[in-house]
Amino acid sequence: MAETAPSTSPISGASVRRGDRIFSGLSKGAGTLVLVIMAAIAAFLIWRSIPSLTSNTVNFFTYEGWAPDANPPAFGIAALAFGTLVASFIAMVLAVPVGIGIALFISLYAGRRLASSLAFVTDLLAAVPSIIFGLWGLQVLLPGSQGLQVWMNDYLSWTVVFRNTLDLYGKSLFLASLVLAIMILPTVAAVSREVIVQVPAGHKEAALALGATRWEMVKMAVFPFAKPGMISAAMLGLGRALGETIAVALILSAAFTINLHLTEPGGNTFAANIALKWNEAGGNGLSALVASGLVLFFLTLTVNMIARWIIARRAEFSGAN
Amino acid sequence: MSKSIELKDVDIYYGSFKAVEGVGLKVQKNAVTAFIGPSGCGKSTVLRTINRMHEVIPGARVEGHVLLDDEDIYGEGVDPVNVRRTIGMVFQRPNPFPTMSIAENVLAGVRLAGGRMSKSDAEAIVEESLRGANLWEEVKDRLDRPGSGLSGGQQQRLCIARAIAVKPQVLLMDEPCSALDPISTLAIEDLIRELVEQYTIVIVTHNMQQAGRVSDTTAFFNLAGVGQPGRLVEMGSTSDIFSKPQQQATEDYISGRFG
Amino acid sequence: MATTVTQAAPAHSTLAGGTLPRWATPVLLGVAIALGYALNVTTGLAGWFGTTLVIGGIFILLQSGWSFRVEGRRHAVDRLATTLVYSTFIAAIVPLVSVLFTVLVKGLTVMSWTFLTYSMRNVSPRAEGGGVGHAIVGTLQQVGIAAAFAVPIGILAAIYLVEYGRGRLARWISFFVDVMTGIPSIVAGLFIFTAFVLGLGLERSGFAAALALAILMLPVIIRTTEEMLRIVPNDLREAAYALGVPKWRTVIKVVLPTALAGIVTGAMLAIARVAGETAPLLLTTFLTQSYNNNPFQGPQSSLPLFIWDQITSGTPASVDRAWGGALVLITIIMLFYITAKLLAARFAPKG
Repeated sequence: MAETAPSTSPISGASVRRGDRIFSGLSKGAGTLVLVIMAAIAAFLIWRSIPSLTSNTVNFFTYEGWAPDANPPAFGIAALAFGTLVASFIAMVLAVPVGIGIALFISLYAGRRLASSLAFVTDLLAAVPSIIFGLWGLQVLLPGSQGLQVWMNDYLSWTVVFRNTLDLYGKSLFLASLVLAIMILPTVAAVSREVIVQVPAGHKEAALALGATRWEMVKMAVFPFAKPGMISAAMLGLGRALGETIAVALILSAAFTINLHLTEPGGNTFAANIALKWNEAGGNGLSALVASGLVLFFLTLTVNMIARWIIARRAEFSGAN
Repeated sequence: MSKSIELKDVDIYYGSFKAVEGVGLKVQKNAVTAFIGPSGCGKSTVLRTINRMHEVIPGARVEGHVLLDDEDIYGEGVDPVNVRRTIGMVFQRPNPFPTMSIAENVLAGVRLAGGRMSKSDAEAIVEESLRGANLWEEVKDRLDRPGSGLSGGQQQRLCIARAIAVKPQVLLMDEPCSALDPISTLAIEDLIRELVEQYTIVIVTHNMQQAGRVSDTTAFFNLAGVGQPGRLVEMGSTSDIFSKPQQQATEDYISGRFG
Repeated sequence: MATTVTQAAPAHSTLAGGTLPRWATPVLLGVAIALGYALNVTTGLAGWFGTTLVIGGIFILLQSGWSFRVEGRRHAVDRLATTLVYSTFIAAIVPLVSVLFTVLVKGLTVMSWTFLTYSMRNVSPRAEGGGVGHAIVGTLQQVGIAAAFAVPIGILAAIYLVEYGRGRLARWISFFVDVMTGIPSIVAGLFIFTAFVLGLGLERSGFAAALALAILMLPVIIRTTEEMLRIVPNDLREAAYALGVPKWRTVIKVVLPTALAGIVTGAMLAIARVAGETAPLLLTTFLTQSYNNNPFQGPQSSLPLFIWDQITSGTPASVDRAWGGALVLITIIMLFYITAKLLAARFAPKG
């Protein structure tokens, strides 16, 4: 207790000091609980994954199919990893420019009223739960984007990804990526905004005084300063997309194959797979799903930790300045 | 290579608030003109209308004419971007771009105009500008180090080098020494007396001794009253203003009775 | 000596530059819309999504070309950037408006007092009728229990970080709080399942779901509470210490009340975020079509699970009910959210 308080100890009896000890102990315990929970998550997930991993007859990382309750059990995360990474990366690629654009709009381009209304809109977007996005994606975006996907097949099929050999445009990884992009947009925009606002006014003025157009000023004074923050924003958005479950589960018609034609039906992600297979899984099946969840946990953990580390480094750097 | 400036009937607004009223003055070419006056009297605001930086603030506007030689920079069809290239500015706090090296900082404005520049041309411009800012000897061995690693006085001279690299006609300086130590201040004052041979210089300063040391002409601004717009009270050669001011307010300010 | 100065820049001027007329943008926009529409009709690029992209593309091409000729490359690029930045506004508004509008319109078709109070008991998927009453109860109970766990623990942890923690432990905790905000919700569900259901024998119930939700709420509450506590000026604390008030009393009686509005706002935002989570619920409870007012025992429904169940049934009546459930859910969320923002604005600390 004495090590932290910046105050002087009051003149009083043991009961007060006990009060302080209890309280600080309680709060310290609550704080430590955070670490305990994180460790427990890893521990329990590992514990429950082991049974299925040890009894698996194929390579967990390269096998595409999923049959953990079969005899003999054979399941692998290759298709899941493909779907997860592809959908999330596309979502990130779509959301990052738009998110940065929103941040620029709010802080540098729009007048005050327009800026705060866009900030409000973006915040509202963040409040919509993923199940509603899934519902909307399925019922509104799917029919609405048919035309675009057909057109992409007609004119862009030289890029393998937009080719569609089945002439079926529906519940595909592409559609899932679109919805994911909309869902992570507020995250990317909010974090980008935070860093763009911190750019010192002096740099912006210096650029303008040299005869720069507004865009040139952004390139000269804003982007270099805000770059680490924007990278971090992108990674946080990626992290969110990786873990997104329900919207994707509703939109994808799950298939355990690696299919490069992204507008064809099929595709699966770690999270969606867990959600869809959970209630029909047997004992080994549950354990296999937990194993895939463990992979997802470490994946998002890594991405988030890197993103936070980038910001932390930048905070030190600009503190020194 | 330098031009004269004339302000005619200039009113300056922030939104609907009139900050400065009815300014008319002439700045001679190849001379140093100082704007002095108490805080808040509008001298920096007037300075910023000369290179059209005032209108960057949302809602801010300028009415009246500002002539560069014969051309009204607020006229129809005038591009503010061009105006700011022709009229350079150095700010109170040195602001070299932190992610750029010293050389890149100097070239920052030059590169904006685009076009390919050969490496040797670029190096020549860097050297010429840094020499012009009396900084070459001190940094010539570390041109690719970040601009933020220099001392305050050096950073300010770097900003001056950056400003003159685009070969402006006029150089505006907004309290360029107030964030610097006395030695750096003197170095910059010396530099100003050298630069005036090539450029028209207008400097805002709250330090009267500095105005006395550095400028040929001085303009004294003041507020008409609390909440009133700022005005130009008196303008004349520096020696006249300081020894025989015409207006009572000028004399009061110069002798330290207020401000 | 006095030359009459013309308004327009003289021909030899270096300062003048061409500019597009003021009416350029709206006119070009109109042309682009017209052309885009025509293209839609003739080539069948059906769907509003693709058509919008095409209109945008046409506008950008026309504007950039015209600007390039009249204003030069630098200003053309600047205009292009401005257009793109402004268009992100559309990219954000259109989905939001579309989602809210669709939920409202489709949800209203089934909305009624019956819908809000009846459960789905004895209502087959094909049939019309039934309601979300059981789901509303479930959501309120589960979220309430989650908040009962997460809010006090979160506030205490934030107090530790702000008032007590000075060393490595505090730094690690702070770092992992940030990391924890990124945990996928399904992982939280997996954790509660493996630790409590499998590990401790807790049955799959509303309570288990609430625990998973609590894990998702905790880092958010810690962060917002921490921010609010840091805003409280140190002078307040020091004044109390100087009067001989022990630290723990200072925190409880002086610091917390000052930060209270912000803490409440943060808690409400966390609740809004968590009320719509589906994945953890799927793993920790079983679905039911009936009312279950006991969260500690047996299957319990909730709004997100209700929507999930109905939409996966797929029948037209179920889909309608799904939208109805979505309307109820989003109303609850928006109520919390907007109240929180209003509170924050009203009680914002000055300066």
